[in-house]
Parts: sequence; structure tokens; C-alpha cells
Amino acid sequence: MRTILVLAVLAAGAGWFLTIPETVSEDDVAGLAGDPVAGESIFHAAGCASCHAAEGATGDAKLVLAGGRRFPSDFGTFIAPNISSDTTQGVGAWSDLDLITAIVEGTSPDGQHYYPAFPYPAYGKADLSDVVDLVAYMRTLPADATPSVPHEVAFPFNVRRGLGLWKILYADQGWALEDPASDQIARGRYLSEALAHCGDCHTPRNAIGGPLLDQWFQGAPVPGSATDRFPAINAAELPWSEGDIAYYLETGFTPDFDSAGGHMVDVIENMAKLTEEDRAAIAAYVLAIP
Amino acid sequence: MKFPKLFLTGCVTLALAGAVWAGGHGGNPAVDARKAHMTLYQFHVTTLGNMARGNTDYNAEAASTAANAIVTLTTLDQSGYWVPGTDSDSVEGSRASATLWDNIPDAIAKGTATAEAAQVLASVAGDGSEAMVGGLQELNTACTACHRAYRVRR
Repeated sequence: MRTILVLAVLAAGAGWFLTIPETVSEDDVAGLAGDPVAGESIFHAAGCASCHAAEGATGDAKLVLAGGRRFPSDFGTFIAPNISSDTTQGVGAWSDLDLITAIVEGTSPDGQHYYPAFPYPAYGKADLSDVVDLVAYMRTLPADATPSVPHEVAFPFNVRRGLGLWKILYADQGWALEDPASDQIARGRYLSEALAHCGDCHTPRNAIGGPLLDQWFQGAPVPGSATDRFPAINAAELPWSEGDIAYYLETGFTPDFDSAGGHMVDVIENMAKLTEEDRAAIAAYVLAIP
Repeated sequence: MKFPKLFLTGCVTLALAGAVWAGGHGGNPAVDARKAHMTLYQFHVTTLGNMARGNTDYNAEAASTAANAIVTLTTLDQSGYWVPGTDSDSVEGSRASATLWDNIPDAIAKGTATAEAAQVLASVAGDGSEAMVGGLQELNTACTACHRAYRVRR
């Protein structure tokens, strides 16, 4: 009995140790000065406004990151928090290191794990210099005093410490496309996998929400819908040319001139703000996925 | 007596099977009408889109004709298309979200915005490629607003 008790205590201790939230240190970002101008394109590529701006916001209202959008899932409903520069309800009082840690490690300033509805597994692949620029740009955006709303997640998923185990398994799986065949595809991979987090919708997940890298971009069910699916976007199943994809990302027109719909509308608004070269790189990357 | 009962049972079974088949394959008139209407929009938008993308040369007359056709389509009475109970959860092949019928005033506002954008497009379609592309993009924005809110994926 004593042995079992000792083993249980050791296991609990090991679990506690393994699930300690990671942080970014001052040394990691030493010498990096945030450039808000460069950060603006990172902001659009990373799709921050797509989740954190109010539902239906357009124009300058998309820069008010007051949160509130609801994201149903198999684990409950996640509600985007206020990440505006408001010092009480938003992230205005956070240090740069707090924000960088949240973005790349999914750890809050008070040391809690964030749910991976916040795509930090993708952002964790981003260059820290880009993240520093992003933070500098976010500081320039308007404040909004709308309080964040708690996620609607029931037990056991409301035990955030358990997310540490999820992170061990899935937060750092590496690139889905391991060996890009060209610099352009590598650039597209960076934009897609590290910033735009396209795989979060277009790749299926397992029972505990881990993305299935061997089914990257193969299409996935839309959470909360019995029939709706995010489409497969890969060379085998998307009968579009690179030019078609780049044009779609720029204008929202499919090759047969249907207009985009759903959440992709927000994505296209972001992609339209990137350079033509970056949209072409994403297109090349998409068609490099088998 | 056995034969008529068997015959009657067979007839009822066939009738039910036919109804089920028709429900699944025959389509819904309102949904079919919506799709036909959207197909016509897309046909004319394709004429303009091909010019915008550089697939075909810009032609002022053809652009104006297509844009005016789109305006005409926006004036057709669609009230019979948008029948409650024809959402994507209720009718196979429908791509209309059930939320549309919970937000009729918003859906009407989006339709009105589309009609206005079509009129703007028609007014500039013959004024050169750049003007036409700008008008087309405005129309696309209006279409997209509705698709974003009320169209489900395939």
C-alpha cells in the first residue's frame, strides 16, 4: 500500500513537472526591436482580427480586438478574449514578454495554459523577430473596454493543467511539409503553417483535438455541424492552378467566379493585404501538399 | 383475399419508396430555383471575371451587357425561393444556412446591398477595365457578405 502511495505521489509529481507552462525569456528576444510597420503584415498573415474582432466587423472596426466571437467545438465553446490595448480588459498592461509568451507558448501571464483554439502551436513555429514585430503593431491598435467572456468548457477539459500534456503531444510536431522543394514553397510553408494556421481548419483532428499530420490539408468536419466540412486543399484534391489559388486569396473569386463564403472570407481579407509574392508562395505550398 | 392484400401492400410500399426517392433525388423546387438564379448570376459574373483576371480582353459592350443582366437578376422576385424549411439541414443539396430564416431583416439588407452594388457595377462596366474591376469587386464584396453569413460549405 505504501509503495502504491509513493508511486502515485511520484507520478503526480512527474505529471506536475511535465505540464509546467513554458515561457519565453528575455534572453530569447535579446536584441530584437519591434517594428510596428513590419508587424502589420504579420498581423494580417496571422489572422488575428479574424477571431478577435467583433463578428461582422469591417474596415477599421476589424482593428478593435475586443473579442467575443464564439467558436463551438467538440470540447465546448471557446470565446475569443479581448486582446485590445485596453489596460484593464485587454492586454495593454501586459509586458512584451507576456504577449510573446502567450503567442508562441500558449501560456498566460499568470502561468496558465491556453486552449489550442488559440493557434499557438502554429505561432510557435514563427520567427521570434516576427512575433516581436507583431507585438509592436498590436500596441498601436485601439483599446476597447469590453470584458472577456469565460469559455464554456466543462470538466475535464476545464482543467487547464491537463493542456500541458496536450502540448507535449501536439504543440510542437514540427512542419507538416518537411522538405520544401524550393525557397518559394518554404516561404509558403512559413506563411501557412506558422502564421495563417490554415491546417487548423483544413486538417482533421483526433479525439483529443490533436491535428493529424499524416492527413494534412485533407479536409475536416466543421465543429458544431453534422454535415458541413472544410474542404481538402492539396494537389490531389484541389483542381486549381497556383494562379487560381493566388487569385482566390487576393479577390475571393474561385476559378469559376463563385464568391467565397464562410470563415474563408476573413482569411481572404487578410491574404489580400499580403504581397503578390507571398500569395503565390502560399499557392505553391498548397500544391506541394500531396 | 390474400392476393389483393399482397397487391395493396406492394402498391403502398412502392408509393412510399417512390416518395422517399423523389424526396432525396428529385430536388426541392425552391432550392432548385435558388440554384438556377445563382447560376445565372455566376454566368454573367464569369464574363466580367474573365476580363478582370485577364483571361479575355476587356470589351466595354460585353461588360455592360453582363452587368445589366446582373441588375435584371437582382430585380426578379425571389420571395418564392426562400421558403422556410429549405435550409441545408432540411433539404439535401441546399446550401442555405438555417440561420438565414432567423435573420430575415439582415438577409434582406444583404440582398439590397447586392442589388445596389450591381447597379453601381452596371454604371461603370463600360467605362474601362479598371472601373469595371472596381465595380465587380464591390459586387463580390456584397455577394460575399451573404455567403459568409448564410451559405454552408458543400
